[in-house]
Amino acid sequence: MYETTYHRPASIDEAAALFAKHPEAKYLAGGHTLIPVMKQRLAAPSDIIDLAKIKDLIGIEATSDALIIKAATTYYDITQSPAAKKAIPAIVHLTSVLGDPAVRYRGTIGGSIANNDPAADYPAAVLALNATIKTNKREIKGDDFFQGLFSTALEEDEIITSVSFPIPAKAGYAKMRHPASRFALTAVFVAQTRSGEVRVAATGASQSGVMRVPAIEAALKANWSVGALDSVKISADGLMGDIHGSAEYRANLIKVMAQRAVEAAG
Amino acid sequence: MSTVKLTVNGKSVSATVEDRTLLVHLLRENLNLTGTHVGCDTSQCGACIVHIDGKAVKSCTTLVGQIDGANVTTIEGIAKGDQLHPMQAAFRDNHGLQCGYCTPGMIMSAIDIVNRHAGDLDEETVRHELEGNICRCTGYHNIVKSVLDAAGRMKVAQAAE
Repeated sequence: MYETTYHRPASIDEAAALFAKHPEAKYLAGGHTLIPVMKQRLAAPSDIIDLAKIKDLIGIEATSDALIIKAATTYYDITQSPAAKKAIPAIVHLTSVLGDPAVRYRGTIGGSIANNDPAADYPAAVLALNATIKTNKREIKGDDFFQGLFSTALEEDEIITSVSFPIPAKAGYAKMRHPASRFALTAVFVAQTRSGEVRVAATGASQSGVMRVPAIEAALKANWSVGALDSVKISADGLMGDIHGSAEYRANLIKVMAQRAVEAAG
Repeated sequence: MSTVKLTVNGKSVSATVEDRTLLVHLLRENLNLTGTHVGCDTSQCGACIVHIDGKAVKSCTTLVGQIDGANVTTIEGIAKGDQLHPMQAAFRDNHGLQCGYCTPGMIMSAIDIVNRHAGDLDEETVRHELEGNICRCTGYHNIVKSVLDAAGRMKVAQAAE
């Protein structure tokens, strides 16, 4: 790891002011992506601005319409939250199959979304539910947030403050985990909104990151059932192929994971 | 350089180190606590797991600045004098190790697992919860046996206190 200077600001404003002073800085939350990348010398921020201890960035709240998770809330705290379990159990399930227990103590929802790893879990939930991402500057809809591999609508200096998930009528998540990294080989989040819209997002599958799956959405809109997906064919065009699985394999996984997610959603 | 203050195994520690210092390096190189191991160095194997404020986390993926002021417990800090922690005793009695490299991390994780499940553990849960710890000898069978055995011993020990 190259040399860096560590900062622990007490507030969001203080963090933003530090970034303004150090334009080569990076924000740090759980650190379970950034620190490994720094160790490999693939990132060399001059300064590290740690957001994990800022009180205004931690907490979970459910209203009648939305589950609001502040950005530096850890995965562990999300899995333990009765409010989250009641509002959107699929989000709690997604969190419980993310990483491993030691990672879940440190990783944060804001960090995961800001990083937008093409095989990360939360982007699927954010896109399928069209969650609202609040930052220290504005609000961004899930539909507009993800912009390809490791790329988002965020400005370099922008800080996610919370993610607001509209509470759906039904939602489910199913994941084929890579057995070593626990990232999604392919995972699918299915949702039926309270207004009857069906939205389905797949992660770990596409070469350009998290994506909607229109063929599955159409089939579930016509008939919300596992069987409705039996005859759906997913094209392998644009999907990832690597030593862990071919594009065709991932195309089939999208369908199978969607079926399991529908089953879980009920 | 920054000065960090920690409590490590019950003792106050103050160290002036480069900001890029990882907790595992502070433990091993500055404090000579070499029971905590570096295995994969990529946050996957769990050989470096220690407790920070009671939670089992990967010390190879923690900058010391992040835990300034925290309470750290390593494998060296869990026995009471000559008396092994029930988890250590169970690993010994069940031969829960082969080469031993992953053992400190396994034990620190396992104590956290038992604490979180309040002694109410079955084999499936232990296997699922240990997924952040990799044993390259693939000696999982006896490791799982040790954790289940220790869960019972820790329950008894707690009841006695």
